[in-house]
Amino acid sequence: MEHLADDRVMQGHTAPPKMSGWRGFVADWASDQGAFKGVSWGKAMMWVFLLSDTFVFGCFLVAYMTARMSTVVPWPNPSEVFALEIGGTSVPLILIAIMTFVLISSSGTMALAVHYGYLRDRRKAGLLMLLTAFLGACFVGMQAFEWTKLIHEGVRPWENPWGAPQFGSTFFMITGFHGTHVTFGVIFLIIMARKVLRGDFDDGRRGFFTSRKGRYESVEIMGLYWHFVDLVWVFIFAFFYLW
Amino acid sequence: MVDLTHGADGHAAPGHDEELELYHPTNWVTKYVFSQDAKVIAIQYGLTATAIGLVALVLSWLMRIQLAYPGLLAFIDADHYYQFITMHGMIMVVYLLTAIFLGGFGNYLIPLMLGARDMMFPYLNMLSYWIYLLAVLVLAAGFFVPGGPTGAGWTLYPPQAILANTPGQQWGIIIMLVSLMLFIIGFTMGGLNYVVTVLQGRTKGMTLMRMPLTIWGIFTATVMALLAFPALFVGALMMLFDRLLGTSFFMPSIVAMGEQLPTGGGSPILFQHLFWFFGHPEVYIVALPAFGIVSDLISTHARKNIFGYRMMVWAIVVIGALSFVVWAHHMYVSGMNPGFGFFFATTTLIIAVPTALKVYNWVLTLWRGDIHFTVPMLFALGFIVTFVNGGLTGLFLGNVVVDVPLSDTLFVVAHFHMVMGVAPILVIFGAIYHWYPKITGRMLDATLGKIHFWVTFLGAYAVFFPMHYLGLLGMPRRYFEMGETAFVPPSAHTLNEFMTIAALVVGAAQMLFLFNLAWSLRHGKEAGGNPWRATTLEWQTPETPPAHGNWGPELPVVYRWAYDYSVPGADRDFLPQNDPWPGEPAPAPDTAVAEGAR
Repeated sequence: MEHLADDRVMQGHTAPPKMSGWRGFVADWASDQGAFKGVSWGKAMMWVFLLSDTFVFGCFLVAYMTARMSTVVPWPNPSEVFALEIGGTSVPLILIAIMTFVLISSSGTMALAVHYGYLRDRRKAGLLMLLTAFLGACFVGMQAFEWTKLIHEGVRPWENPWGAPQFGSTFFMITGFHGTHVTFGVIFLIIMARKVLRGDFDDGRRGFFTSRKGRYESVEIMGLYWHFVDLVWVFIFAFFYLW
Repeated sequence: MVDLTHGADGHAAPGHDEELELYHPTNWVTKYVFSQDAKVIAIQYGLTATAIGLVALVLSWLMRIQLAYPGLLAFIDADHYYQFITMHGMIMVVYLLTAIFLGGFGNYLIPLMLGARDMMFPYLNMLSYWIYLLAVLVLAAGFFVPGGPTGAGWTLYPPQAILANTPGQQWGIIIMLVSLMLFIIGFTMGGLNYVVTVLQGRTKGMTLMRMPLTIWGIFTATVMALLAFPALFVGALMMLFDRLLGTSFFMPSIVAMGEQLPTGGGSPILFQHLFWFFGHPEVYIVALPAFGIVSDLISTHARKNIFGYRMMVWAIVVIGALSFVVWAHHMYVSGMNPGFGFFFATTTLIIAVPTALKVYNWVLTLWRGDIHFTVPMLFALGFIVTFVNGGLTGLFLGNVVVDVPLSDTLFVVAHFHMVMGVAPILVIFGAIYHWYPKITGRMLDATLGKIHFWVTFLGAYAVFFPMHYLGLLGMPRRYFEMGETAFVPPSAHTLNEFMTIAALVVGAAQMLFLFNLAWSLRHGKEAGGNPWRATTLEWQTPETPPAHGNWGPELPVVYRWAYDYSVPGADRDFLPQNDPWPGEPAPAPDTAVAEGAR
């Protein structure tokens, strides 16, 4: 709002007619100084990065679907492959259900951390971030368990006992790439939690690498990444395990 | 440099920009080596790209010599020839053109032209360069590993790229894929910077629709690169697994040398889709910055406002968007549903509309302008001619029925060299002649520059114009030597020799250019702050070359678009973007926008 007013003052013109429709849409985007008002650089950067990362995962999933749809050998049945023997009965998809539950829950704790960050409640924000990191680590741990189980059963990137070899290759590649994202998230969560708990964002301590002051907004930016990783998991879950 | 205040909730108050906390270098290493200043990073990008580009230049010489005088250089055998082709193509497209336009000109011009002190994330920007350098070094390492670099062609089509008997199958292909992935990671770091700086970091008064077209070109190209490179990243990773782990993403069942390979069930076409989903936008990632820069060069050196600025902007955006839905026109001979061929031919031809619009607007900008035949202007004019030329052959190749017989002939080679080789490189030269005075404070020697232009421009035509003819004759591309080929007349061979001699001369002219760059650093004419009397902000810096932080204590305030040349009634024939004419001298500092931060 203020920006539009500035423009008028600067040009010495009277107020331009407020534009509507397509022209107004363009004028809003193109407006003075910043396209997104009140959005900090860091947050804008994270959104642009996530957009780019969406294309990475999109390509992975499209490649997987191509492989699955064009294969002439049968595709292994996911509800049998991903079943666990519990008490003598085979429960389909139980591990993956728990993993999904854990990861989605971690999105909740992350959101709470963001909330307490803006309230400048250091302790709660930091501890909730650590809890989020713990849940993330649990997810990666269970994924490692799942990988181990499948490897013991003879699944390899180049072959598996049940059918199309692309099953193993896409499985390890996509879940591995997602797991790497989660792992990086956990590492950054721990680093950020340390900053929050130490009070870096209150006393303006400068970052080790960037020598810039951090702000509680960093928690939210971290949260954006974390929610994105969760969201991607929902798609992987749907396309890989439920299909 | 006042830190800005935040609301109690930690949000930046609406309308406030955080003032860039600049990293202030304290010693030589942080100032010139591990520098976080976009201007230094730009020069690092430029020099690295030029260095690896010289390797590509030498490779092109060797290929031309082999084509004209087979057997003259005994060390060039068929394997080497393919390795030269592959490395020449990949270096030129990715490591030279992409890097120098976005990493080089992007870094230098975005903060200066937008009135910012630096990129938004200088540390990330620095990392971007060092990862790029690492990617270049890894790529160059390919020349020294056992078996040499990959000879799969720059498109790296599987399965042949990773099968035994393809040169460089042992190490070269691994090196190439790793280097590409590194490049993409490094580029993403820089690209995020460019996009966010353009979107969020402009100075007061600089709306998007007042940005110089250079920035529009670089900005759109960067957005495209951030969306297109993921496809290459994924393709490269999958091929790396095929090569190293023995997966079959791209590998069908193959019998090679009478032996059934263990692979099976993969889709080579999938790689082509991933590659060209990157590869076609890549053409425009290279072309759009060139479009933008050439618009500014023409307007400045013809002392006339750019014709149809808004349409120029929209043309850039539309070309960028369309280029994501045309990729399969590179795959007509790979075989596809005729319906798809029809679709991709249609979208391809539609791109000609905004592109032609740009060409008309350039010509109309020149129309009745006060044209100064400075060296940058010569290169800009050379670009227009070359680009039209390459664009017209693009219309041939965009049609399925015309493409099928011409595909895999030298006609295609001539087309893409004209349109995305010679044309953007002419712009790079023009841009260097144009901005060198700002970067160094001295002019490049104009006489040497004109010799450089005429030899390069005419020479490039001497190389690539006859190539169209050879292509129409049916002379195939990528052939190490022609041997006894009945349909290629002996006269074609004479033409081949002619092209090779021209190529050697053009290459030699670049040494003249490099000499000019080095010599003028010390002995060039003093340039002053604004030798071209240009309007854009980078020419209005308090110091030349611009100091750390670009501007003095106050950021410039922008009052007008970038093209106020020859405005009737003004006392000069150009009005810089920060010139308030005819209004009051300077507006009162605006209180609504964080006063302290400005």
